[in-house]
Amino acid sequence: MNNVLQIVWLIPVLPLIGFLINGAGRNVLSKGISGFIGSAVVLGSFLLSVFVFMQVKSGNTHVAHYFNFINVDMLKIGFDFKIDQLSSLFLLIITGVGFLIHVYSTSYMHEEPSKDFAKYFAYLNLFVFSMLLLVMGANYVIMFIGWEGVGLCSYLLIGYWFKNNDYTNAAKKAFIMNRIGDLGFLLAVFWLIAKLGTVDYQSVFDVVANPKTNPLTAFDITGITLLLFVGATGKSAQIPLYTWLPDAMAGPTPVSALIHAATMVTAGIYMIARSNILYTMAPHTQHVVAVIGLATGVLAATIALKQNDIKKVLAYSTVSQLGYMFLGLGVGAYTGAVFHVMTHAFFKALLFLGAGSVIHAMGGEQDMRNMGGLNKHMRTTHMTFLLGCLAIAGMPPFSGFFSKDEILASAYAKNPVLWGIGVITAMMTAFYMFRLYAMTFKGQFRGTHEQEHHLHESPAAITIPLIVLAILAVAGGWVGIPEVFMHGGHKLEAFLEPVFASSNAITAKHEMSHSTEYMLMGVSVAGALVALLYALNVFSKYQKSEKESTGISKILENKWYVDELYNAIIVNPIKAISAFLNNIVERKLIDGLVNGTGKVVNYGSRQLRWLQSGQVGAYVLLMVIGILLLFIIQLFL
Amino acid sequence: MGKFITFPELLIWLPLLGGILSFFAKKGQSAKSLALFVSLLVLAVSAASLFYTGDKFASWNAVNYYYRNNIGSTFFVKLDGTGRILTFLTALAFPIILTATYRNNYKNPASFYGLMLLAQAGLMGVFCSMDALLFYFFWELALIPVYFLCSQWGGEKRIQVTFKFFVYTFVGSLLMLTGIIYVYLHTAGRVFEDGTIVSHSFSISAFQQVHLGVKEQGWLFWLFFVAFAVKMPVFPFHTWQPDAYDQSPTAVTMVLSGIMVKMGLFGVIRWLIPVFPQASIQYSHIVMILAVTGIIYASCLAIVQDNIKKLVAYSSIAHIGLMCAALFAMNPIGTQGVMLQMFNHGINIIGMWIVVDLLEQQTGVKEISKLSGVAHKAPVLTILLVIIALANIALPLTNAFTGEFMMFSGLYMFSGWYAAIAGIGIILAAVYTLNMIQKVFYGNSNSIVDSLKDISLNEKLILAVIVCIIFFVGVYPQPVIDLTKNAVSVLTAAVK
Amino acid sequence: MDIKAYIALSLTLFTLGIIGVLVRRNAIIIFMCIELMLNAVNLLLVAFSKMHEASTAAKLSPTFAGDAQILVFFIMVVAAAEVSVGLAIIVMLYRNTHSVDVNFLNRLKN
Repeated sequence: MNNVLQIVWLIPVLPLIGFLINGAGRNVLSKGISGFIGSAVVLGSFLLSVFVFMQVKSGNTHVAHYFNFINVDMLKIGFDFKIDQLSSLFLLIITGVGFLIHVYSTSYMHEEPSKDFAKYFAYLNLFVFSMLLLVMGANYVIMFIGWEGVGLCSYLLIGYWFKNNDYTNAAKKAFIMNRIGDLGFLLAVFWLIAKLGTVDYQSVFDVVANPKTNPLTAFDITGITLLLFVGATGKSAQIPLYTWLPDAMAGPTPVSALIHAATMVTAGIYMIARSNILYTMAPHTQHVVAVIGLATGVLAATIALKQNDIKKVLAYSTVSQLGYMFLGLGVGAYTGAVFHVMTHAFFKALLFLGAGSVIHAMGGEQDMRNMGGLNKHMRTTHMTFLLGCLAIAGMPPFSGFFSKDEILASAYAKNPVLWGIGVITAMMTAFYMFRLYAMTFKGQFRGTHEQEHHLHESPAAITIPLIVLAILAVAGGWVGIPEVFMHGGHKLEAFLEPVFASSNAITAKHEMSHSTEYMLMGVSVAGALVALLYALNVFSKYQKSEKESTGISKILENKWYVDELYNAIIVNPIKAISAFLNNIVERKLIDGLVNGTGKVVNYGSRQLRWLQSGQVGAYVLLMVIGILLLFIIQLFL
Repeated sequence: MGKFITFPELLIWLPLLGGILSFFAKKGQSAKSLALFVSLLVLAVSAASLFYTGDKFASWNAVNYYYRNNIGSTFFVKLDGTGRILTFLTALAFPIILTATYRNNYKNPASFYGLMLLAQAGLMGVFCSMDALLFYFFWELALIPVYFLCSQWGGEKRIQVTFKFFVYTFVGSLLMLTGIIYVYLHTAGRVFEDGTIVSHSFSISAFQQVHLGVKEQGWLFWLFFVAFAVKMPVFPFHTWQPDAYDQSPTAVTMVLSGIMVKMGLFGVIRWLIPVFPQASIQYSHIVMILAVTGIIYASCLAIVQDNIKKLVAYSSIAHIGLMCAALFAMNPIGTQGVMLQMFNHGINIIGMWIVVDLLEQQTGVKEISKLSGVAHKAPVLTILLVIIALANIALPLTNAFTGEFMMFSGLYMFSGWYAAIAGIGIILAAVYTLNMIQKVFYGNSNSIVDSLKDISLNEKLILAVIVCIIFFVGVYPQPVIDLTKNAVSVLTAAVK
Repeated sequence: MDIKAYIALSLTLFTLGIIGVLVRRNAIIIFMCIELMLNAVNLLLVAFSKMHEASTAAKLSPTFAGDAQILVFFIMVVAAAEVSVGLAIIVMLYRNTHSVDVNFLNRLKN
């Protein structure tokens, strides 16, 4: 109990305090103060996270128990935080990138009225709080608290401009899609409780990893992991639950950066990496994860090729990159997936914030067809954005190269087909990113004159986070330099080793010859480079045209009509069924039965009334008939 | 204490006397104040009772007067875990309800508040009585004031709606009475301390020990179950509820939805399962199918409701359905979840009604489609409503999550499929709740909500209390769980 | 004499009484028919009493004989009381309506 890490409760509580102050004082706090409080608490968490990371690095891991959350019968769920290699790494990413986004927001959101400004920071802090709970929890229930918490915060932030009906629709969609996933997650947790009586990571993994004590059948494990994966598809925007993420662009741009880069969407990856032993023991699920991940990667990449909204392109690229990470998880490259989460956090945050800077300069314009030639006006944004694009396109020696390459190498070891599709996706990534880059920064300006006049470089609060993130996007990958280049270069793998130890013990280590590895890298880099140069070449000369697109490109522009499909097969039927139940079953059938009983009684009574005629003779006749009937029954029957 | 008077007696007599006194109040204001005062007094007693649990204080919590020993019925009242949590809910709900509706002026206030207090006395009696005849007496005592309250102070269609409500509940009650008498006639005899010998007894222990054949248990189970199912209400016995909630005055709706529906669940916990354990196990699948169907059905209906009160009503049916299902899973976790959730649901739904009532009082409409952009006019109201609504859909760290989590895991242990289907209700709950929030609170404000003012101090206070309870129980539910722990083990032991 | 003859006579009288009650509307006639039915029952009682006397009474005690016939006197007394009340009602009816038609009686309904 005397472990110094016992104080980690401060890490989530600081943002919570920020949330409470900003939330309660939103009518009195000035913008400066609420922005300062919002950023300072996250900075505090970040500093603590650095401290925690140092501790963990020196070998001190800890499970901090605070109080009993639910303690009933055999089931004991504690409010516990688990600090180990994996969670400390995520803590750094979340609070670090989160802090930069907070700083950025103080400038980006400056035109909001101070009441809304404080509300915005309150939500942002709550978001960080939820995400921290998610990664720090020492059992699935605490994780679920954060899991739903980020869902709620994304709902609040996406619907931040709540006057606009489209935005609130997007918010609602995000929440509901997440809820569908959450149901899967919950069912998996119940399954664990029913079979094991515990949800604590350590006890679950210990019991399961040991073949002698493992009470779970193969069916159980496959079921549990699949259900958990359903949860991950919701949170991390995979097929079939990915459509909320592009719509989530309705929120302010820094929010998109927060959702896409540092927090929410990485939750699914974190969860699977955390439960790696379960997944390693369920090869069928791993297969599903890999296939879904790859399919999502390809699908999203194709859609991104034809989008014109700068944020939409980035959104689909996030979905696609997440697909990559799931591919990594599916082929057992847990370290690779986590590595990609980290590098992706850097360059995607950079790209989103850069895009925000552009939108800011363009006075709210998001359509790339109206941009172009911005490199002359926004030097810092342009440079940092270019670095981000190179990183995501997987150019060596930028960070994206190392992480993407690690996943692709593992995929090749599993199945070359996976690798092939992965490389094609990587080429598409390079293509659409440089299409975006070229349309935005190269060529001639295509917007209105007022916009051109308005163009300016963003203030320091925006550019400094960009610069910091750009440095990270370039250098962040150097913690994971593969063995081929440098012996002992993969520091991250060594660091995360204890987390994935039991999985690694089960899976056979695939050794690959250095020449194969060089070949794989060469192919993917060459492919990406070709796509990159082609896109740069074509779209630098982009001119606006009013031509309606046709054929495949129309389908891509309309995102494969997936939203329409969901509307047709899920949303509308539910509405129709509900209306049917309300109008027919409830009103006519059930109420009809109830009221019908009443009516029958009423009608029957009215008919019986005629017997009461008042004619003495009739009464007597009835009496005699009655007596005769009794006689007949008595004597003859 | 203990020697002269006990907690359950105080809980019953205080509101009863207060209610009778209130009828004689000359001025409306004095009746109002009296009712509030009495309800606060009851709350104090009930809060105190939470701290005097355990064997050491057994004599403080139970008393047994022999008033009709010639037929084997006694005035036997006792607070056990289940009773304690529900009496506390009742005691807590009434001051909240009375304060929240303090500025509403009812015609003939003396009778209104008198009837309210009588209903409270009846509810307290239901939750305390350990004697079947006494239970039945209080059961009716709780319902009859509500009939009058609905029919005298309700909306336009009140007579029709109250009649429906009356017929439904009365049919249920009569079936239960038949069942009680039948079981009574099969109980063993008893010799009282004063020498009276009776051949049968109404006491709960006699009921639990009664020997009935499997067939008898079967149909007796249904006699009792229908009475409780109507009260809860479980699909398909629910159609009285949306109308009754819509037409009753809001204070009465709060009593109905916050506390009265718990009478049905309580009846199952206290009487149905312990007295007919075999039949309960035998028919648990049928009950569960009804309950789970009800969850989905009511959630679907809630999606298409335009009347905000009916939406809340259907959402309540869905929640109660889940509780009923978890109860019939008959394992400790599920039952514990139900105990906790009965309390939570009461708190949350009363909070919901307070907000709905505020909207209706100020704008005069209850159609979702006519309201828009309330958030601009009443930000505090919006925030509080969103919190309560999110608690209603069981977001983690709100009270309902802990309850629903336990209920679902209990249900899952019983059968994964029921849990999965009931889980769809969670998704649908998010759909209708968010739809409602979006349409009523977001968007641009229209002319109807222009006149809206943000909430006043006493409403803010009341809602703040509710929100505090929501978060406290959401983050640290253990005290509530501990309170009902024994009751749960008794119940689950009965089934084994 | 054979008991069957008494039964037949009694049945005939009773049936006549019933038919009279059913078909006639004059209150006095109905009244007489009711008396007829009553007396048919009386006749049957006497007959059965006499029949059983032969078989069982002798075995028990000589004073037993004819005990059942006492019942007939009771019936006669009750019938007499009934007649006086009934006739009084009919007289009152006649005074009010100037008719003894029973169908007028349904006026009581309103």
